[in-house]
Amino acid sequence: MIEGRVWRYGDDVNTDVIFPGKYTYQPLTAEEMAQHALEDLDPDFAKEVQEGDVIVAGANFGCGSSREQAATCLKAAGVAAVIAKSFARIFFRNAINNGLPVIELKEGIDGIAKGDTVKIDFENGIVIHKGNEYHFPALPPEVLAILEDGGLIPHVRKEMGKEKYP
Amino acid sequence: MTFAEKILAQKAGLDHVEPGQIVTVTPDFCMSHDNTAAISKIFGKIGVERVKDPERFVIVLDHTVPPSTEKYALGHKEIRQFVAQQGIVHFYDGGVGICHQVLPEKGFALPGTLILGSDSHTTTYGAFGAFSAGIGRSEMAVLYATSKIWLKVPSTFKIVVHGRLRAPLTSKDLILKIIGDIGADGALYRSVEFTGAAITEMSQAARMVLSNMAIEMGAKNGYIAPDDKTFRFLEGRAVRKYYPVYPDSDASYEKVLEFDASDLIPQVAKPHTVDNVAPVEEVAGTKIDQVLLGTCTNGRLEDLRLAARIIAGKKIATGVRMLVLPASREVLLDALSEGLIDTFVRAGAMVLNPGCGPCLGVHEGVLAPGEVCLSTANRNFKGRMGSRDAEIYLASPATVAASALTGVITDPRDVFEGGAE
Ligand code: SF4
Repeated sequence: MIEGRVWRYGDDVNTDVIFPGKYTYQPLTAEEMAQHALEDLDPDFAKEVQEGDVIVAGANFGCGSSREQAATCLKAAGVAAVIAKSFARIFFRNAINNGLPVIELKEGIDGIAKGDTVKIDFENGIVIHKGNEYHFPALPPEVLAILEDGGLIPHVRKEMGKEKYP
Repeated sequence: MTFAEKILAQKAGLDHVEPGQIVTVTPDFCMSHDNTAAISKIFGKIGVERVKDPERFVIVLDHTVPPSTEKYALGHKEIRQFVAQQGIVHFYDGGVGICHQVLPEKGFALPGTLILGSDSHTTTYGAFGAFSAGIGRSEMAVLYATSKIWLKVPSTFKIVVHGRLRAPLTSKDLILKIIGDIGADGALYRSVEFTGAAITEMSQAARMVLSNMAIEMGAKNGYIAPDDKTFRFLEGRAVRKYYPVYPDSDASYEKVLEFDASDLIPQVAKPHTVDNVAPVEEVAGTKIDQVLLGTCTNGRLEDLRLAARIIAGKKIATGVRMLVLPASREVLLDALSEGLIDTFVRAGAMVLNPGCGPCLGVHEGVLAPGEVCLSTANRNFKGRMGSRDAEIYLASPATVAASALTGVITDPRDVFEGGAE
């Protein structure tokens, strides 16, 4: 169970506004990436985001490019989970593969506002907001295993019988 | 079964699959570009020495060629070292072209193959009857190590396009119309099959525009049944024998959407989303600072021909920068021998090296705050081509060429000579 403060965005938040293309082919550290997170959508985000915050958005979050930094920059910024009505598929995979929980929630999103607090019960698939409970479908076991191992690379290392990280 | 179900079943070694099912597959080919530098570093973290099947991987340098900064140059250098170390033979250095044009030209985009690429527009090869989709960098690194990946079997939308496109209308107008109608998430997670008289009639290059932009409506892949046009294109190019896969006639579709190409009018996507589409009349007269003709969407020979036909003997409007970006060296050479490049340069355009150029806003023509660009590319997101305070409109090569002459967004039917074909 986690509890986090909400950053609220609308539909079709694309990868260019999450992580601008001009930085994608530069080798940046996680910290540098975090500084550019959501730069072209909400310049306040990178300045004010705190460890454990949650992003809540509308439909098609992460549409656009396949750039994985769109997921890693949010993770590096301390975002604990992204809740959206739906996700673009490559972003969804990238998030899981980097150990960033993504929750597809069909109901309740419209009532959540910036600065609200939400609780997420991953085990039972429930988002709690102002006392209301909203259910989300569990991830397929193959996918959940990746998230639980902290991302695709640690997961694959584990499967190959190596220690978690070099 | 639909195309997606059939090919994913085949690649997973199963008789039958259902939408929603997760399958483990080995792609026939995997594509990466300048992001190979980052991928090779993630590969290093897996702790495996050698790429498992080097012949499966195709690497094309295209995003920042030639490199505009020392950092990009270093990235390219690291990629060349990685390629040499790992014995990756299918390597195309800067100047050969944009990955999504190079893979078809070099014979990798084959019917009945599964191709994954660490680039969202990998969907382009669907126009050849391949199942092709974008993946992330970590996934590509894992493919280096294991050649295996999980995919979810998508459900399928069939998009039937009746009628016939009449010049100067192109498949770009059609796909903008489709995306405008169904929205940027209209086909989210879905496999899309494009079919109907208008698609059969289309050239192979025109079909590639549809598959290229399938991702802009959220689709996982965009399939077009390969036919004689496809087979002819691949003659002398295909790197190996191929076996086309077609959907069953009794396949079950989640949705069937119908469009008519005959009464289509030119379409423009307004800032800052691809589904913000309007008929050209609505935006005609909008002042522009830059036009971009090219990219992996509309940088092929027939696109340059159409634009050159409109521009021939005329001058680009004062105050407008026209950038011409052929999709590949092959396209550039053909355009040179047909005199198209001569036409563009005489009209006052700047011709860029085949590659991605300004499409992703890192070099060769980025936009200043307040500037407006009309582009044949596939994306108009805020900040994509430079300043976040710039505006990008998307349109067909004909609309872009017509507008370059006037300095404002212009209906190409007003200037197109030769009338309806
Ligand atoms: S031309 Fe543009 S859309 Fe195409 S691969 Fe290059 S950056 Fe991506």
